[in-house]
Amino acid sequence: MAELLDLQAWTCPVPLRDSPTIVMGHGGGGQMSAELVDHLFIPAFGGPAPGGLADSAVVTLGGSRLAFSTDSFVVRPLFFPGGSIGHLAVNGTVNDIAMSGATPAYLSCGFILEEGTELAVVGQIAQDMAEAARIAGVSIVTGDTKVVDSGHGDQVYVNTAGFGLVPDGVDIRPNRAQPGDVVIVSGAIGVHGIAIMSVREGLSFGSDLVSDCAALHPLVAAMLSVTKDLHVLRDPTRGGLATSLNEIAVAAGVGVNLVEKSIPIPPDVANACSLLGLDPMYVANEGKLVAFVPRELADEVLEAMRAHPLGAESAIIGECSEEHPGMVVAKTGFGGTRVVDTPLGEQLPRIC
Amino acid sequence: MCLAVPGKVIEIWDTETTRMAKVDFGGITKEVCVAFVPDIQVGEYTIVHVGFALQRLDEKSALETLAIFASLGELEMEFGDPWDRAAVEAGVAGKAQEAS
Amino acid sequence: MKYLEEFSDPELAKRLLDDIHATVTQRWAIMEVCGGQTHSIIRHGIDQLIPETVEMIHGPGCPVCVTPLELIDKALEIASRPDVIFCSFGDMLRVPGSGRDLFRIKSEGGDVRVVYSPLDALKIAQDNPDSQVVFFGIGFETTAPPNAMTVFQAKQLGIKNFSMLVSHVLVPPAIEAIMQAPNCRVQAFLAAGHVCSVMGTSEYPPLVEQFNVPIVVTGFEPLDILEGIRRTVHQLESGQAFLDNAYERAVPAQGNPVARALLEDVFETTDRGWRGIGVIPNSGWSLAPKYREFDAAYRFSVTDIATEESSICRSGEVLQGFIKPHQCSAFGKECTPRNPLGATMVSSEGACAAYYLYRRLEAAAPLVPTADGRREVASIG
Repeated sequence: MAELLDLQAWTCPVPLRDSPTIVMGHGGGGQMSAELVDHLFIPAFGGPAPGGLADSAVVTLGGSRLAFSTDSFVVRPLFFPGGSIGHLAVNGTVNDIAMSGATPAYLSCGFILEEGTELAVVGQIAQDMAEAARIAGVSIVTGDTKVVDSGHGDQVYVNTAGFGLVPDGVDIRPNRAQPGDVVIVSGAIGVHGIAIMSVREGLSFGSDLVSDCAALHPLVAAMLSVTKDLHVLRDPTRGGLATSLNEIAVAAGVGVNLVEKSIPIPPDVANACSLLGLDPMYVANEGKLVAFVPRELADEVLEAMRAHPLGAESAIIGECSEEHPGMVVAKTGFGGTRVVDTPLGEQLPRIC
Repeated sequence: MCLAVPGKVIEIWDTETTRMAKVDFGGITKEVCVAFVPDIQVGEYTIVHVGFALQRLDEKSALETLAIFASLGELEMEFGDPWDRAAVEAGVAGKAQEAS
Repeated sequence: MKYLEEFSDPELAKRLLDDIHATVTQRWAIMEVCGGQTHSIIRHGIDQLIPETVEMIHGPGCPVCVTPLELIDKALEIASRPDVIFCSFGDMLRVPGSGRDLFRIKSEGGDVRVVYSPLDALKIAQDNPDSQVVFFGIGFETTAPPNAMTVFQAKQLGIKNFSMLVSHVLVPPAIEAIMQAPNCRVQAFLAAGHVCSVMGTSEYPPLVEQFNVPIVVTGFEPLDILEGIRRTVHQLESGQAFLDNAYERAVPAQGNPVARALLEDVFETTDRGWRGIGVIPNSGWSLAPKYREFDAAYRFSVTDIATEESSICRSGEVLQGFIKPHQCSAFGKECTPRNPLGATMVSSEGACAAYYLYRRLEAAAPLVPTADGRREVASIG
């Protein structure tokens, strides 16, 4: 068992000195989450993966390339318009695997259940997982269950891990983005996060917005049938589109230029965000992907995406450039310029 | 301090302490306290800040403002550049365009 | 959404911008008071679109930035108590007190909750009768009626476990203090539209008179901001100074009399310290004596708070427009959005946070002028 890390030995010029304890921001998917990984976990586990941190890791075993991923689900509420923690648990890991271009095959699942949780709740979640797995064509082949005392753990926490085979000739990872690449999003953003918020205590809306939770590997397969040379795929979950694009820009050392008008946002999402003072670019998605595609293939890939039900509203939203490496910049509706930065922690509703 | 959003009042009712309304923000509806605009009617628009309607939105005024914006630059569009006009009147239009 | 889309029309924006560009012949410094306006300017890149000679100074119109340090520390103390559910608008959660913020308190076990409306906090109080529920009632005049109504309802309903920690700040005294400061560079103001929706416009002509500055009541959508700037530069260029209302659709001259009546009942005027600026007389509201039982400052006697502002933070000078963020020696070094020393780096419309993003951009990809007078990154087509 590793000894406690020696904080003095951290080389980062701005260590987590302002926060000796874990705060909610560490789970937000933004800068604080990244720092926790970069400065606490990676040094402990022996250095970054080759290719940079992606949704899944591509490893070689016995001559086969596997994409391997894990994800934990702590969403509140457990059941929301369009799905539940069960659907998320399966599709979340399935999508992470798909973002390496692999076809997801097998999943594990681990449950941490709080004493006192109703069996019917756990049963429904299991049903939802089975349903999602069936639709995604994956098998849940192993699992584990632990129970914690009442008051510890929020009814149900789920972890899933999984892997799938990466086809030959496919090499999709964040640092493959290059100047000239076209950025395509597979549909309208912000849907899942707003659907969740519509139920969460204190922020309820009366709208028909449902989560976009879905398994994306069939869409990826359609894209790969046009070309194996997709450079980057990412499903923008926590932290939203802005976070994913920033991570890719930094990993690849490229600048990303967006055209705001071309980013599809459903009116309900836009209006809910206006009301709360949120920016849709930072709101979570669970059934969308963003792709960095070589320029000369962009139109064909886009067409294939639009022909698929999961990508019917796909749109080109920008491109990579050599300028401002590591930064994402957007042209606003008026031709103004706006820097789209990574959020620090969670995005919160504001009054100003 | 000032994030207030316009919405349309679609229902109004009184509670034991105050007056509430259901306000439609382009498809998202929310319950809002309308105690500060007690005479607002269904169908009218109001601006809402942290769950309270603060002011009625005046449609006539909004349209007037938009008309002002639209009329900017119109005079020039109608009459064009005065030098070009003079050139046309003098019958040397082609040369004026080449020169500019 | 009606009343939003029309006021974001790019074609009309172009006309407003063309008029501004055609009108401006010299350098002008205009302060927009309201944080929401600052947010809109940065969000839409308006500061890149107006002539370079028109400088927007981002004023202290952000309650996040100006809530006094002592009050933040008081809030943190109250929020740390085990029997307290502390409710706040999202804006306040990352504001640094003397070394901590509400997020830290939450991580240490405090029950800190973000609410959209003060009425949500009142409901939490009703649902949790065994806890003390405290709402952080900050804001300018816009937020004061909602906060007042919440206290009023608490009293009507007899909700004994609810109290509010109040720190309202007022715009007209702030304008006065800014104009009276030596080295003041501000030549005109965009007044805060929604503040005026509540208070009306009558407080501003005396300021126009006293300081001979144009004041234009301005809204928040991109076209509203551009129109406010447009009307302002017309006044400046022609040497005039008067109060102009460019947001009439939401601002009647008398404001909202119903709201103002309640404000008279629930609040009393007080001297208020503005973080980074200092005490401005009669610039704040606190709960009137008849509502004292709902005043968290009295309910929780918080003693011996040692407040400690960062010694190198210069946010006060930034808030008043004396220095630009990058002229502060801590900017981008000890003080970043990740590790803010002062509120102007925390707030999404704080001048320092906004600058931080743009300096990074300009260092990496200088903005170039375009044919129609804008400035943009060279490669955005």
